[in-house]
Amino acid sequence: MSNFEPEIVAFCCHYCAYTAADMAGTRRISYPSNVKIIRVPCTGKVDAIHLMKALEKGADGVYVAGCLDGDCHFKNGNLRATAHVEKIKKVLEDLGWEPERVAMMYFSAGMGEQFAQGAKEFTEKIKSLGPSPASQTVGKAV
Amino acid sequence: MITAEQKPLQEIFGYIAPYEKILVVGCNECVTVCAAGGRKEVGLLSSALRLHSVKAGKKLEVLEHTLERQCDPEYVDQLKELAGQVDAIVSLACGCGIQTVAAQYAIPVFPGVNTKFMGASESQGIWAERCMGCGDCMLGVTGGICPVARCSKSLMNGPCGGNSSGKCEISEDVDCAWQLIWNRLVELGIQDRYEELVAAKDWRPAGGGGPRKIIREDLAASKIITEDMA
Repeated sequence: MSNFEPEIVAFCCHYCAYTAADMAGTRRISYPSNVKIIRVPCTGKVDAIHLMKALEKGADGVYVAGCLDGDCHFKNGNLRATAHVEKIKKVLEDLGWEPERVAMMYFSAGMGEQFAQGAKEFTEKIKSLGPSPASQTVGKAV
Repeated sequence: MITAEQKPLQEIFGYIAPYEKILVVGCNECVTVCAAGGRKEVGLLSSALRLHSVKAGKKLEVLEHTLERQCDPEYVDQLKELAGQVDAIVSLACGCGIQTVAAQYAIPVFPGVNTKFMGASESQGIWAERCMGCGDCMLGVTGGICPVARCSKSLMNGPCGGNSSGKCEISEDVDCAWQLIWNRLVELGIQDRYEELVAAKDWRPAGGGGPRKIIREDLAASKIITEDMA
């Protein structure tokens, strides 16, 4: 499984993490191409069903990247997203999946380097877990 | 509204284990409001069932549908086509909805939720019991606070000795209903009502007389007339 290249979906807040990803690009800091970014107006918009659907359709890992605590443009969308991620972690445990396949991260718009680092670390973690059960059966849909 | 909570996934897995194609049915009424069995929860549970089947290497097809209301036969009729395609149904409605579906289709129907109580929302994500459907509402004499549902002993004439600083002896998190009633009567300036003794409650309308039914002659009669005209 050494050549396993995971498919990873990252739901990124327009106001922080997405801009941090942009910042990483501007500064020519590379991060794994495994990470496919979906820009959202606020991570509070990312519901539990979006995380489940990503996994169902073959993503090996999914993370939500929102604003730092207290910095949400819409007051507490990042906290809502955190709750959704925690809920899905518990569901995955019940299903016998590794809960580490979903994660919550927090960045400010200026944290390009940290964004790239987070993407690298998450990709490494998913590589160590191996392909998800769904990605092996339904194929790559992301 | 009627409140409910999703059953443990393992229990649902057990129910559907023998089947290869199932239908998960939600309800747009109470269980949607308490986030237990609406369209969103149907999607989440269906997704979880699919992921579980993949992990278990088991063939499972999950169809999803959410009815406007699951406790009316007219709405449940809409499942006819879908029910004909599946081996079993998992219903996320309250017990009333589950039974209505089970009564109309000759395939196994399993509960996906545990129906809890008639409650009100205290704040987002928190629901608390407010009514036990005793069939003889006494809120008019208790300041709008129900001792049947909110007193742990359903006492009718004031608190027991378990009231400690306004809390019930069963838990620090539970208000003594009779403390609440007294406070409310004082607030309304009608605390003299507290001294009026309430007679022993007749529990027959509360279910002690067997399963209950409401027959509205006017409405039931108009249905008969409509059917006759048809």
